[in-house]
Amino acid sequence: MSFASHDSATKQSAGNAITAEDIREGGSKAPEDVARYALYLGDDALMLAQRLGWWIARAPELEEDIALANIALDLLGHARFFLTYAGTAWGKTEDDLAYFRDEEEFRSCRLVEQENGDFGQTIARQLIFSFYQYELYRRLVRSTDPTLAAIAEKALKEVEYHQDHASQWILRLGLGTEESKRRVQDGLYYMWPYVDELFHDDELIESLGDAAVLPSSLRADFDRRIAEILDEAGLDLPEVAGAYGGDRSGEFSEQRGHILAEMQVLARQHPGATW
Amino acid sequence: MSENNENNVTGLGGSSAEWPLWEVFVRSSRGLSHVHAGSLHAPDATMAVRNARDLYTRRNEGTSVWVVPSEAVTASDPDSKGGYFESAQGKSYRHATYYTKSEGVKHL
Repeated sequence: MSFASHDSATKQSAGNAITAEDIREGGSKAPEDVARYALYLGDDALMLAQRLGWWIARAPELEEDIALANIALDLLGHARFFLTYAGTAWGKTEDDLAYFRDEEEFRSCRLVEQENGDFGQTIARQLIFSFYQYELYRRLVRSTDPTLAAIAEKALKEVEYHQDHASQWILRLGLGTEESKRRVQDGLYYMWPYVDELFHDDELIESLGDAAVLPSSLRADFDRRIAEILDEAGLDLPEVAGAYGGDRSGEFSEQRGHILAEMQVLARQHPGATW
Repeated sequence: MSENNENNVTGLGGSSAEWPLWEVFVRSSRGLSHVHAGSLHAPDATMAVRNARDLYTRRNEGTSVWVVPSEAVTASDPDSKGGYFESAQGKSYRHATYYTKSEGVKHL
């Protein structure tokens, strides 16, 4: 497979951008261990897309409603790529993996599963995750697995925008009113215990070598850039201990089951339903 | 889902002050001029450009976006439409075809 690069972060149906259909019909079957890694990436994007979708019709202004929905759709796109590719290893479709896996079979990190809270808390989560994802995808474009590299290349430009969106809001909330500053600072404290898990190396990722990106290798750049933006926004970098358990197993996730209940109910009650 | 803040989801301190209005101009491709695409609300100019990207360039890629505070636009008075925009009827001398070609002029 080859995927020509394209120069748009917004165009949805560029003639030569990678699509989930390309991956499904491209004939390349993901090696089992790469597929398991793709679940990490796909599940993170899927869970956050589901969380952000909640804001539709609830954001502070119509324009912000659309911005959050666009980000959610971008993430849903990333999830489709990764889950479709993972599915080729086991003869499963993206829908099989999204709707018919149980709680303990998901591999999402807990950060993306956390409740939206108020707008400040959501922006705090967006800042952490988009900065992490940017560092990840920026390196994944050099993956020795051509499909992972192509997906990262497509997704990277979108994540640049997600980063920018979160940064703009962090600055405005941090430097805005006393109320906005308090809320976004609270949001950062709420989310911070789940930061460590993002950078947790495990046996699977270590065994993949240059096909994957070692999470711990992203930490220094993440820490430096986050410190810069929080400093600019006049916000404190939370110093809190990481939450217990950090292996994406879901064993210590309080939220995952609630998200899946809502996300999967339709597909499970009406298998094969189409719009 | 168990979100417990249904009544105050904005997190913006409950201020009811609306964001100011901005007019958006999009240039769809090189060589063309910016064309008015619509308007939007945003807290400041930087966010207005970003919102414009989401609202007006999502499907039909633009190469450039301008935003202008709506209050900076001075408009013609809708009540004096007649005076401003009266048709050119009866003013045929405004059109090139009114004039006859001088003898010997080529390539017209």
